Amino acid sequence: MKLTVWTYEGPPHVGAMRIATAMEGVHYVLHAPQGDTYADLLFTMIERASKRPPVTYTTFQARDLGGDTAELFKTSAQEAFDRFQPQAMLVGASCTAELIQDDPGGLARALGLPVPVVALELPSYQRKENWGAAETFYQLVRAMAGPSAPPPGSQRPARQPGIRARCNVLGPAALGFRHRDDVREITSLLNRMGIDINVVAPLGATPADLARLGDADFNVVLYPEIASQAAAWLQRMFGQPMVKTVPIGVGATRDFVREVAEIAGVDPTGILSAETSRLPWYSRSVDSNYLTGKRVFIFGDATHAIAAARIATQELGFTVVGLGTYSREFARELREAAKLYDVEPLITDDYLEVEEHVVRLQPELVLGTQMERHIAKRLSVPCAVISAPVHVQDFPARYSPQMGFEGANVIFDTWVHPLMMGLEEHLLTMFRDDFEFNDDEAPSHLHNAGAAPMRAEETVVPAVAEAAALTTDRPVLWAQEAERELKKIPFFVRGKARRNTERFAEQAGLNTITIETLYDAKAHFGR
Amino acid sequence: MSAAAALDTARPALPVLQEKGQREVFCGLTGIVWLHRKIQDSFFLVVGSRTCAHLIQSAAGVMIFAEPRFATAIIDERDLAGLADMNDELDQVVDRLIARRPDIRLLFLVGSCPSEVIKLDLSRAASRLSRRFSPAVRVLNYSGSGIETTFTQGEDACLASLVPILPAEAPNAAKSLLVVGALAEVVEDQMARMFEIMGVGPVRFLPPRRATDLPAIGPGTRYLLAQPFLADTARALEARGASRIAAPFPLGEEGTTLWLQAAAHAWGIDPDRFQAATAIGRERARQALARYTGRLTGRRVFFFPDSQLEIPLARFLARELSMELVEVGTPYLHRQHLADELAMLPPDTRLSEGQHVDRQLDRCRAEKPDLVVCGLGLANPLEAEGLTTKWSIELLFTPIQGYEQAADLAELFARPLVRRARLEV
Ligand code: SF4
Repeated sequence: MKLTVWTYEGPPHVGAMRIATAMEGVHYVLHAPQGDTYADLLFTMIERASKRPPVTYTTFQARDLGGDTAELFKTSAQEAFDRFQPQAMLVGASCTAELIQDDPGGLARALGLPVPVVALELPSYQRKENWGAAETFYQLVRAMAGPSAPPPGSQRPARQPGIRARCNVLGPAALGFRHRDDVREITSLLNRMGIDINVVAPLGATPADLARLGDADFNVVLYPEIASQAAAWLQRMFGQPMVKTVPIGVGATRDFVREVAEIAGVDPTGILSAETSRLPWYSRSVDSNYLTGKRVFIFGDATHAIAAARIATQELGFTVVGLGTYSREFARELREAAKLYDVEPLITDDYLEVEEHVVRLQPELVLGTQMERHIAKRLSVPCAVISAPVHVQDFPARYSPQMGFEGANVIFDTWVHPLMMGLEEHLLTMFRDDFEFNDDEAPSHLHNAGAAPMRAEETVVPAVAEAAALTTDRPVLWAQEAERELKKIPFFVRGKARRNTERFAEQAGLNTITIETLYDAKAHFGR
Repeated sequence: MSAAAALDTARPALPVLQEKGQREVFCGLTGIVWLHRKIQDSFFLVVGSRTCAHLIQSAAGVMIFAEPRFATAIIDERDLAGLADMNDELDQVVDRLIARRPDIRLLFLVGSCPSEVIKLDLSRAASRLSRRFSPAVRVLNYSGSGIETTFTQGEDACLASLVPILPAEAPNAAKSLLVVGALAEVVEDQMARMFEIMGVGPVRFLPPRRATDLPAIGPGTRYLLAQPFLADTARALEARGASRIAAPFPLGEEGTTLWLQAAAHAWGIDPDRFQAATAIGRERARQALARYTGRLTGRRVFFFPDSQLEIPLARFLARELSMELVEVGTPYLHRQHLADELAMLPPDTRLSEGQHVDRQLDRCRAEKPDLVVCGLGLANPLEAEGLTTKWSIELLFTPIQGYEQAADLAELFARPLVRRARLEV
């Protein structure tokens, strides 16, 4: 049993819903109690879906438990088929139905429906949303494409000269972080490289489309969390190579282009020399100097977190001080990435643990999910969202991809926006006593400028209080003039300065902090 | 007997369409979203699955302005396989929680479908933990599971669990009024002032704002339901000797007047005094509502079942704003508590109880109502089909009871229509 305040991922059947909802012509019959229908609102409210998710819930009640919940499942499945006439059906159990063991797969088979029925086994007490999405996509791909797989061991016929290469784009799903726009960006990039798209799936695909996945020459896996299992199976069965680089950031997009070109046998030089991202120049322009060495904490799904770390260091000149993911399935990949930046990898789905890390690491920028946005807001640390779990704000009306060269532009803007502008930061540092500057001053270009943000050093949320207790337990006193000097340090770094100084004083065995101690500590810790 | 019931008790009961099929409603866990703010020193620990945690989080929206006073103890496979003793595990979770939140005075262990199905005995766990943390923290339990409770029934179960620990009124205590059902603080304060002017009292509220402030109860207690979904709480109160004052619910000018009047009758308040106490509020509410009649009169409204507030709301819309009721769905119809409300509905109202969501959507589309009141899962898809909707959960999160809120309530229904009329894209 685990105490959970907020969860990064829903249960695995929500992952299955993300596949069913992304597709056309699929219907999912879920053995579940009425409350589980809340999942519909994730799609209709957060993603503003204009259609209900294609899901029928059996909504059994306590009084049905003594009777025949299996019969209820069969009736629901038959009615759903009659009403929605899907090309393929998914059937499965939610956490509660898993406990009553009605075997939705067997019951659905007994109905003898005239379409493929995929029975999902999604262990709710063990697995989570992304795993459920990956498993569902894999099972659907197997069921639909399996019949046309060539006999094992057969060679993939070489592409005829003069025929353009074709690929599948795999992974985009409902409720994905910017999947809609990434697909458009990457599709157009591939087209410009002279490559045709065979199928994009699951987003927008029908079961019939899945049946012809084998026609492509290779697969592009945009979201490994969702599609790598299916792509690995396609590789085995159809001999389709897969492109593994996830094109988030300028460097990764260039690598992606090279990898695709290699597999597809096209020349990448044209597209690489004509690349359209402004990020490299913006990052080199002198006003970006102030970004140098900004301490960033990164947390998200593994794909986005690992990509963010690379962009942060190589493309924006930040310093990564923390890197983590809630995707346990990709812990190995994240650990490897963490080594590159010499930070401790954080693999957890415990929000409280993430919060403790942010408090301890005192980053100047948090790149995270909506959960970290809340942590950052409480601590008054600037933040940008880089990953699911999604919020209605993560579905902007405008075109806003994360992938490809345009994605890199979007990322530059989104990450730099919450920070103080360079000169603004200097002025605040130099002229603390200007009567119009005060501790509650937010960056002037942000909407909430003037509204009083909470300050890290004074915000009391329990976890912060706990962490702060580590330093405040010991009675290190601040001399009045040192306290005044501390006030001259801009508020957004003051919490850090205070804690560093106190730590320094403790280590030096001092009882009172003077102006000298303050500057000794500054010299000791540097920036 | 209230004036409303006198109106039309003789007429035959309205026929009710009984539906069985997919129910597109939340489970009782959802009540935690408002209850954890209402009782300020309480904490709600759901013992359930990741689904339960995800439900509350999604219903609350990821917009959190302060650390929530709720969490989930997620059961995992080790618990189910018997590798871990669930009671020990639960105790550890509670220890961690209480260490983290020393301000908690009342902890609810909230049962879910999984905890019910595996028959985890939360009442024993609650008494064990209560003994352990007494007197600093009291631990109670109730079920918000979807196999037993629908949406607002979670509040019912929560309040019912509080009743046994309410202190007993002194044996010869004077008659007192207990207003039952979570209300916005502003509404509670207005009601309290009204009762004071009328001379009805002492007045107490359940739930209280603080767990350390539980109202006393006994045979002298007369209780007045402020919400229509409190069947179990009412039963528990009666078991402690309290008796119900029958009334419609305080929605709209008329509903509020009849609700207050029921209490005034029970206290034998002089009609002139009642008149004097309510005149200003009534007049203000009528004037404020008059602004909406043009916008809402004759408009056809369709209610999907959701909060059990549907029947009182339909009565308000039909009688005070002259809207036409196409269908009034309710997840559950408590005929006794809603007797006065039912008597006030137009005689040809189509009522439905329970749900078969696909068939109900068929009926709704065929009727093309001007306004559909429905849950969050249905609202945008219906809007996309060209229907205008009001999401029902907002009715739980907005102060709507009493005179001063009558027009706010009308506004909730008018706004989607005004909006649709304004938009030219
Ligand atoms: S319906 Fe049951 S399993 Fe689903 S969220 Fe509610 S209590 Fe949890």
